[in-house]
Amino acid sequence: MADTSGAGTVDNAADAGEDGVRRRDWIHIAALSTAGVGGASVLFPLVSQMAPTADVLAASTTDVDVSKVQAGQSIKATFRDQPLFIKRLTPEEIAAANEVDAGSLRDPETLADRTQEGYEDVLVTMGVCTHLGCVPLGAAEGENKGEFGGYYCPCHGSHYDTAGRIRKGPAPTNLAVPEYAFNGDVIRVG
Amino acid sequence: MSFAWAKQYEPQSGFTKWIDEKLPLPRLVYNAIGAGYPVPRNLNYMWNFGVLAGFCLVLQIVTGVILAMHYASNTEVAFGQVEHIMRNVNWGWMMRYAHANGASFFFIVIYLHIFRGLYYSSYKAPREMIWLLGVVIFLLMMATAFMGYVLPWGQMSFWGAKVITGLFGAIPFVGEPLQVWLVGGYAPNDSTLNRFFSLHFLLPFVIAGVVILHIWALHIPGSSNPTGVEVKKESDTVPFHPYYTAKDGFGLGVFLIAFTFMVFFLPNFLGHPDNYIEANPLSTPAHIVPEWYFLPFYAILRAFTGDLTIPFTGIVLIQAKLLGVIAMFGSILVWFFLPWLDKSPVRSGHYRPMFKKFFWFGLIPTMIVLTICGGAPAEEPYVLLSQIFTAYYFLHFLVILPIVSQIEVPKPLPFSITEAVLGSDKEPAAQPA
Amino acid sequence: MTIRLAGIIAGLGITAVLVLWSLVPGVIALVTGPPAEKPAYYAFKEKPVEPEGGFSFAGPVGKWDYAQLQRGYSVYKQVCSACHGLKYVAFRNLEELGYSEEQVRAEAATWNVPGIDPDTGEATMRPALPTDYFPNPYPNNVAAAAANNNAIPPDLSLMTKARKDGSNYVYSLMNGYVDPDPEKLAAAQEKGFETPMGLYFNPWFENVNLAMPPQLYEGSITYDDGTEASVPQMSADIAAFLTWTAEPTLIKRKQTGWFVIAFLLFATGLAYMSYKQIWAGQKPKKK
Repeated sequence: MADTSGAGTVDNAADAGEDGVRRRDWIHIAALSTAGVGGASVLFPLVSQMAPTADVLAASTTDVDVSKVQAGQSIKATFRDQPLFIKRLTPEEIAAANEVDAGSLRDPETLADRTQEGYEDVLVTMGVCTHLGCVPLGAAEGENKGEFGGYYCPCHGSHYDTAGRIRKGPAPTNLAVPEYAFNGDVIRVG
Repeated sequence: MSFAWAKQYEPQSGFTKWIDEKLPLPRLVYNAIGAGYPVPRNLNYMWNFGVLAGFCLVLQIVTGVILAMHYASNTEVAFGQVEHIMRNVNWGWMMRYAHANGASFFFIVIYLHIFRGLYYSSYKAPREMIWLLGVVIFLLMMATAFMGYVLPWGQMSFWGAKVITGLFGAIPFVGEPLQVWLVGGYAPNDSTLNRFFSLHFLLPFVIAGVVILHIWALHIPGSSNPTGVEVKKESDTVPFHPYYTAKDGFGLGVFLIAFTFMVFFLPNFLGHPDNYIEANPLSTPAHIVPEWYFLPFYAILRAFTGDLTIPFTGIVLIQAKLLGVIAMFGSILVWFFLPWLDKSPVRSGHYRPMFKKFFWFGLIPTMIVLTICGGAPAEEPYVLLSQIFTAYYFLHFLVILPIVSQIEVPKPLPFSITEAVLGSDKEPAAQPA
Repeated sequence: MTIRLAGIIAGLGITAVLVLWSLVPGVIALVTGPPAEKPAYYAFKEKPVEPEGGFSFAGPVGKWDYAQLQRGYSVYKQVCSACHGLKYVAFRNLEELGYSEEQVRAEAATWNVPGIDPDTGEATMRPALPTDYFPNPYPNNVAAAAANNNAIPPDLSLMTKARKDGSNYVYSLMNGYVDPDPEKLAAAQEKGFETPMGLYFNPWFENVNLAMPPQLYEGSITYDDGTEASVPQMSADIAAFLTWTAEPTLIKRKQTGWFVIAFLLFATGLAYMSYKQIWAGQKPKKK
């Protein structure tokens, strides 16, 4: 393995010589690169241990029974450790939402875009203001619903309309609609 | 601080020059573990373990900090949190097994490092301070390891904590209040677990600090070597880098193969099954044993079975329990006095025929037998054996070493390291040392 | 000089105390006293044995036998779960045994776990979800002790790691309800050995008298895959299942280990060549 031919190699690897990489330097480069690869692959578990754990990932779907929600009422559930608003809209609220020209909005979406066919009166959104993540008011009875009758975030004054769309204030987008599916009266979110 | 022929750090670029003026950290590293540190050219593989111990400390700190991200030091949940790490955390099982086995390998490395020092008398002048700091590191390691073993809150954790804090109860007058203060209650509880977690997190950084002092003290006289003859001239040394960095790199590879083999194939071999049972303050395991690295000292603790009494009067001077505690702490404290107990002018065990016999046929078997006895139940013949070998342990350091160093006729030493390395392989010519 | 003198005196002193007050009395007691005897039950104790053919997961290249793990789960569900919990295992983990997500959801729903009535907030039972953990059959230890003649059935999640040679131990124990050897029994009874009422003789249990009655009988359950439910079969299956519950990452661990060690052998080989190369200019060291 080791070059024992002797005399010519008294000087150590520190002198690379001007004739480029010699055989005996190649072995140091290979050893160091392998050590580098090893060190880098150790980083993978060290970094990925901070990603969500298996139990957190497994709890990433939520079932909510919406049969008892009356028109005009909202319920709050928890989805991925964050609040989820489920609101059954009144005909007036639907009308108010559809009155607006979607194209004129900051984040143009129609109510139909944000609900599911056959369930146009059920608005499922995250209860997380798209500005900096506060929980908007308006889901519970008696709370300030803001100037557009939907949700109002008191942190920095974002107003959402009855379809959960941003209408005024600093929030950049509408309240997010998570992926969900109806299974009878039960919504499975996630 | 270093030898006259040590290479000087020369910054190559404008940037490194600028750094060198403002904060000469690259220069420090260059002189500490780079080409600027001349090291005896004849070091054998036993000199690999210092660097390996440093690696183990880093390994334990890195895996430990990660485990702390997922652990909770509350008696209600601690055991379950460890299982959470094992089952739910990404690669958590690997982190935990690496940390648990890392502790064992740290002690394997440190024991080899210590016994290398004992055989080659690395503790002798001018290296007393390195040795003293090393003993301090060892004591800190024992405290850290003990508290770490409590954190999973298994049966052995709990009862180990109870028994070891109980040692302090043996101290006359203040023992019992001291024990209650240490534990923060009458038996290990939430307060105990929390303070152990806090200190277990803190102490490794204290160790790192003492390690820096240890290495600093090493660089004053430079490394010892297997002949024990001091470095005299440039041909006695080689620069640490690349010679010993390459050798340590190879040593690290061998170490990692052994270590990962245990982590991936026998991760629980050095542990105890009882620690997979959650702590139960109402039921003691049939057979309490500490981790293997404490066993010799545990055997010394248990060797004292009789109270020290005045014969025929029944008056107890010192209870057996206290005698055991004194002996156990004393067994490590004697190491502090080694540089002054062993006055032989010759360092290396190679050239000390009597010392060598006592080392290989006295001390080493003693440590092995005491380890076995410490892990065995307190019954014959183990009690008897641990008593005989405990006696030898103290006699070796306190009586044999001083006397041997007085009467022994050492073999002739090589004139220099260069001669030892390059001279005739058979018999180095006797030169006036 | 003073340190050495003090050391010699201290060393001799410690030795004198140890020899005269501990060693000598110990030796006298050993010579004159009655010989120390192990408790009578030691005569029966057996070391764990492995099932016929061994376990598929044993050894450095072991693999799970998923059919066996599924059978073991049936044994747990139909027999063990009446008294023993499995609190560190979630139903979602069953997917690792080869069940599909839907099967796991359906399987979880056959178990009841403590829940809260959504209308009144009262404690109630509800069908389990995949994210739930296996329920403890007893609400607390007092209830468990009361129902089991004062012996608390331990949680089984970690059982095979909490006993020496755990997989073989569980197999041996479940398969190990035998009648004591009559000769040994007669000898042991003279020394006061007995199996008290309510306990059952099993030479694999720590003190050979076990509070758990024999649980497995020929054909006491029916396997979905048609395997004949003999006692050794069920014992091996439950032992395999409990090995999985104790360490679900067992096989992944060994496989990762091969990869890591192969890499390290390669890297260390290169490091060795590099090390030899660097030292090639230096003369070989003495010895």
